[in-house]
Amino acid sequence: MIKLTIDGKQLEVFEDTSILKAAEKAGIWIPTMCHCDYIEPYGVCRLCSVEVVKGKRSRIVTACNYPVREGLTVRTNSERVKWIRKIIMELMLSRWPNVPAVKEMAEQLGISKPRFESKEKDEAEDACILCGMCVNVCNDLVGKGVLGFSKMGIEREVVLPYNERSEECIACGACAYVCPTKHIKVKSLEYERGAIQDWSLASKTAIYVPTMQAVPRVPTIDEASCINKQTGGCKACQTYCEPGAINYDMKDEEIEVEVGQILITTGYQLMDLTKMPQFGYGRLDNVYSSLDFEHMLNSTGPTNGTIQCKDGSVPRAVGIIHCIGSRDENYHKYCSRVCCMYALKFAHLIKDRTTAEVYQFYIDMRAFGKGYEEFYKRLLDEGVNMIRGKVGEVTECRVDGEKPFLKVACEDTLIGKFREIPLDMVILCPAIESNADSSDLKKIFSISQSPDKFFLERHPKLDPMSTMTDGIFIAGCAQGPKDIPDSVAQASGAAAKILSLISVGEVAVDPIKAEIVEERCSGCRICNNLCPYGAISYIDEKKISFINDMLCKGCGTCVAACPSSVITGKGFTDAQIMAEIEGLLAI
Amino acid sequence: METQIKSKENFNPRIVAFLCNWCTYTGADLAGVARMKSSPSVRVIRTMCSGRVDPTFVLKAFKMGADGVMIGGCHIGDCHYSEGNFKTLRRVEFLKIMLKDFGIDPKRLRLEWISASEGDKYAHVTNEFEKELRELGPLVLQE
Repeated sequence: MIKLTIDGKQLEVFEDTSILKAAEKAGIWIPTMCHCDYIEPYGVCRLCSVEVVKGKRSRIVTACNYPVREGLTVRTNSERVKWIRKIIMELMLSRWPNVPAVKEMAEQLGISKPRFESKEKDEAEDACILCGMCVNVCNDLVGKGVLGFSKMGIEREVVLPYNERSEECIACGACAYVCPTKHIKVKSLEYERGAIQDWSLASKTAIYVPTMQAVPRVPTIDEASCINKQTGGCKACQTYCEPGAINYDMKDEEIEVEVGQILITTGYQLMDLTKMPQFGYGRLDNVYSSLDFEHMLNSTGPTNGTIQCKDGSVPRAVGIIHCIGSRDENYHKYCSRVCCMYALKFAHLIKDRTTAEVYQFYIDMRAFGKGYEEFYKRLLDEGVNMIRGKVGEVTECRVDGEKPFLKVACEDTLIGKFREIPLDMVILCPAIESNADSSDLKKIFSISQSPDKFFLERHPKLDPMSTMTDGIFIAGCAQGPKDIPDSVAQASGAAAKILSLISVGEVAVDPIKAEIVEERCSGCRICNNLCPYGAISYIDEKKISFINDMLCKGCGTCVAACPSSVITGKGFTDAQIMAEIEGLLAI
Repeated sequence: METQIKSKENFNPRIVAFLCNWCTYTGADLAGVARMKSSPSVRVIRTMCSGRVDPTFVLKAFKMGADGVMIGGCHIGDCHYSEGNFKTLRRVEFLKIMLKDFGIDPKRLRLEWISASEGDKYAHVTNEFEKELRELGPLVLQE
C-alpha cells in the first residue's frame, strides 16, 4: 500500500494505481475526456492535468497515467492547474463549439466562451474530438485494432485502413459505444439493403438476463455477438463481476446419468411468421407476434407494460388475428388450442390499459375450458369487435399529413361482406408446432410421432402420457398443443405413473423372449448377426448359439430365420401362429 | 366362364395380415378408435415385429385358403427393434420370387410400412388391397 495526499486528504491505495483512480476513491473529481475504464490510460486530452509536489518542486502531470508514489502530494485544484485546464478547455471549445460533451465539460469548468477563435472550427454536433477512445477500445478491449489515427497535428483524424470497410471489423459496436460525441455510428449493411429488418421491441447486450421471470435468473452470454467469443478480448463483464461468476471457457458438457424412466416435456415452438408474408410480420412496423405483445405487456418489458406503437404513441385501434398457420390446409391442419383464450386476454388488457378499439379476427371462437365461455361473454360486454372470417392480408397505408396506419383486409362471414379495417397495431397468433428437432428426439428414445409431428401417446384415450417404449413418458405440448392447466394435469399424471413404478422398486419385464433348444441347435450361426441387440452369442465349446435373456427384447427376427426351427419365441411360437392362421381361415 | 364371373361377384377375399405390435397393429387400432372404415376382409395376426414373420407363415396362409397376405411393419428406420423391418423387406423380396414359381401372383403378398399414427393409411391400404384382390379373383392353387 502506498500513502499519498490529494488536496490535503490522506489516503492509502494499492501500488500501480493512477492518481485519477486514487482521487476517485477519495471522492475528488478530476475532469477527463479521453479516459474510460475499458482502456489503458492514454493521456491525450490533458484535461486531467494535476500538480504533483515532491519536496520543493512541483510539476504538472496527467492524472490518468501517472502512478502513485509513496509520500506524493497532489493538488487538483490549485491556481496553476485551473489555469492550464481553462486553456485546454477553451482550445477544445473554440474548435468544437457545438459538441454537447465538450459544452457540458466547459460548463462544469465554468467556461462559457473561449477567448480565441479556431481556424479549424468544426461546428458539427457530432464532430470527432480526437479523444482516441475508439482507437484504444478497438485495440485494448476488442483486440482487433481496426481503427487508427492518420496524419498529424491539426490534420489528425481517426480512420479505417485505406478509408475502406475493414475485413477485420467484427461490427461489435464497442467504438460507437465509447464515442463521447456519437461521431461513430454502426451501420448494418444487411439492414440498409433491407435483408434484415429492425423490428425487435428492444435491443439487448451480448450478456443479458433472458426475462425477469427466468429460472434460474442468471445472465446468459449470446455467443454470436460476444466480443470475447470472436476475438478473445473484451472480458468487460468478467472485470466487473465481483463474485467472479463469469467463465468464458465454460463449454457444453455431456453428462451421463443412469435413469430408469424418462419424462419428455420438451414443449413446442411457435411457427415462423415470416413464412406467411401477407401478414407483414418482420416487414411492417407495429405487426407483432403474440409473444412480442406479451413481452410488451410485461411490466418489466421494454415499454414497462404500456401498450404503444413503435413511435411511442398509444394505438387507436388494435387487431388480433387468430389461427395464423393453424387450421390451415397449407400449414397445420390442427387447432393450436390456446390462441382464442390468450387473444381474449389481450383484448381485455388492451381495453383495460388504453382507450383503443379492439378487433378480433377469428374463424371460430373456441372457449372450451372451465370459465372460458363466461370470459368470452364478458369480453363481448366490454365492447370488443368480433369479426368472423379469415384475414387476407395486412398492408401499410400512408395518407399525407397523417401517420401511417395498417389496413387489414378480411371477409366478414357474418354479414357476408369484404371489409378493410384501419388499425394502428396488429397482433398475430402463430400456430404452436412441435420443436424442429423433435424427429431427432424421436430417434433417440425410439418413440413415434403423429403426422402433425407431436409425440405419439400409447393410447389416445386410455394412456395419453405413456409411449410405446416402456419407461418413456410424455407430457405437455410435446404431446400436442394444450394450455397450462392441461399440461399441469398431464405432467402430474405422468409423474404419478413414474412414481408408482419407483415405489414398487421392481419392473415387470415382458415375458416375450426367444429361446434356443440347445439339443437341436446346429450351430450354423445365422441368427448371431440378425439380433439388433447382440443378445445372441456363440458358445465355442458347445458349438451352439446362446440367447442372453436380459438383452433379448423378443422381436422374433431370429425365430423366423432359424433354418432348423429350434428358436422359439415365447407367446409367439411357430405352432401358435400356425394355429392362429388355421383358426382365422377356418371360416 | 359365366360361373367364374358370378363367383367373382360374390367373392369376398380373405386377407391374412401379419401386423407388428408397435406400428401397424397400433395403427389399425387407431383406425378403429377414429371410426375409419377399413376392409372387414382383413384377419389380423399380431406379431411383435414384422421380422418375426416366417415365410412359411405366408405360404401356410395361402395354402389354408387366404386370397391375400399383408405384412405390416414400422417405417424403415423407425423399427421398434431397430432393424427388424429390414429383414422383413429382404425376406419378402425373396418370397415374391418364390410365390411366382408356385403360381401365385406376387401381388397377393403385400408389404406395407404403416406407423402407429397412420390409421388413415391402414384403412386406405386395406381397402385398396381388398379391391385389388377382388379384381384378381379367388386364389386357385394348382395341385
